[in-house]
Amino acid sequence: MSSAAINLELPPLQNPVMKYLRQDRIPHIWCPGCGIGTALNAFIRALDEMQFDLDRMAVVSGIGCSGRVAGYLNVDSFHTTHGRAIPFATGLKLGNPELKVVVFSGDGDLFAIGGNHFIHAARRNMDLFVVCVNNFTYGMTGGQVAPTTPLGAIQTTMPYGNFEPAFNLPYLADSCGAVYVARWTVYHIKQLTRAFKEGLSKKGFAFLEVLSPCPTLYSRRNRLGDGVDQLKYYKEKSVVKNGADTREVELSFQGEIVVGKFVDRERPTWLEAMNEHLSQRLGLRYQPYGVRHED
Amino acid sequence: MAEETAKKPKGTIILNKEICKGCSFCIDFCPTHCLEFSKDFNRKGYHYPILARPEDCTGCDLCGLYCPDYAIFGVRFRDLEKLAAAAPAA
Repeated sequence: MSSAAINLELPPLQNPVMKYLRQDRIPHIWCPGCGIGTALNAFIRALDEMQFDLDRMAVVSGIGCSGRVAGYLNVDSFHTTHGRAIPFATGLKLGNPELKVVVFSGDGDLFAIGGNHFIHAARRNMDLFVVCVNNFTYGMTGGQVAPTTPLGAIQTTMPYGNFEPAFNLPYLADSCGAVYVARWTVYHIKQLTRAFKEGLSKKGFAFLEVLSPCPTLYSRRNRLGDGVDQLKYYKEKSVVKNGADTREVELSFQGEIVVGKFVDRERPTWLEAMNEHLSQRLGLRYQPYGVRHED
Repeated sequence: MAEETAKKPKGTIILNKEICKGCSFCIDFCPTHCLEFSKDFNRKGYHYPILARPEDCTGCDLCGLYCPDYAIFGVRFRDLEKLAAAAPAA
């Protein structure tokens, strides 16, 4: 009764994230209990808290459930072909070096189909922020085994359990040369928002892995309950180890999850390296590219 | 009377029940456990959350942070005037 009385006095308020979304497309297609919406929520909150200039950013997604993010965010966004989010983002960044380009995609898109692009963008230290929503499976196509599926997990194409070793994504990003590597789950919502802020303000190749439940395919095949049960598992089994050695943060089936900010270092980005090298070789004949001139 | 001894609520939730999918993230992770599933369904057939113990709600907006469908968010009463000023005219 009292809540009704309170609600009557409220002015018409809108959810603070709604102004960042294409509202004609809401409700979105993600399943009940899926964590991608929560990850996007944290991303929008980070943009909101930073008062980020939306005209100076672009979001690029690949194919898959997480690839829908580009369609829902009301910023300049592009939904690329499968696995090619990073090459498109690289071109976007080099075409307009003042943009902050965010790649928001899934584990299958970034590491299976686009794995090659990921390692080369990290090697070059291209100035991108790559967010990988890792739900351990190919969600949109029916739950096939992904390069991140932990050993022993049952998938549509692995009915007796997965026997392929999975990628350790933070170790892969670290060894390829990413300057910022972090992993959080959608349960760690405050830390995730902070990691999004750090990734958005980091110069160079920043990589953030977000563990997210897939209740319809991964959890159901493995009889792990609903999305909220996966969040409770993240709550119980995750250990925060900032600065942990990325070789030791491998995931196992329903085992311990090491979360935290693993790598934060400085390295010249691809554009900086090119400008410095060519200025040395060509001297005044070379006009540095992508540098704001004072004149 | 009971109303005089009751705790004064610090905040409340605002819910757009038609876009809720009943994932129960907000209900399970509410720090003061003031939310519960409704008995009713929304238009799509999901049970949406209701503020079962409004006196416990602090308006911390953790439900709004967790919500994957952007259906719920919390407000503190002390921030209401500021929010209403910033809100677009409805």
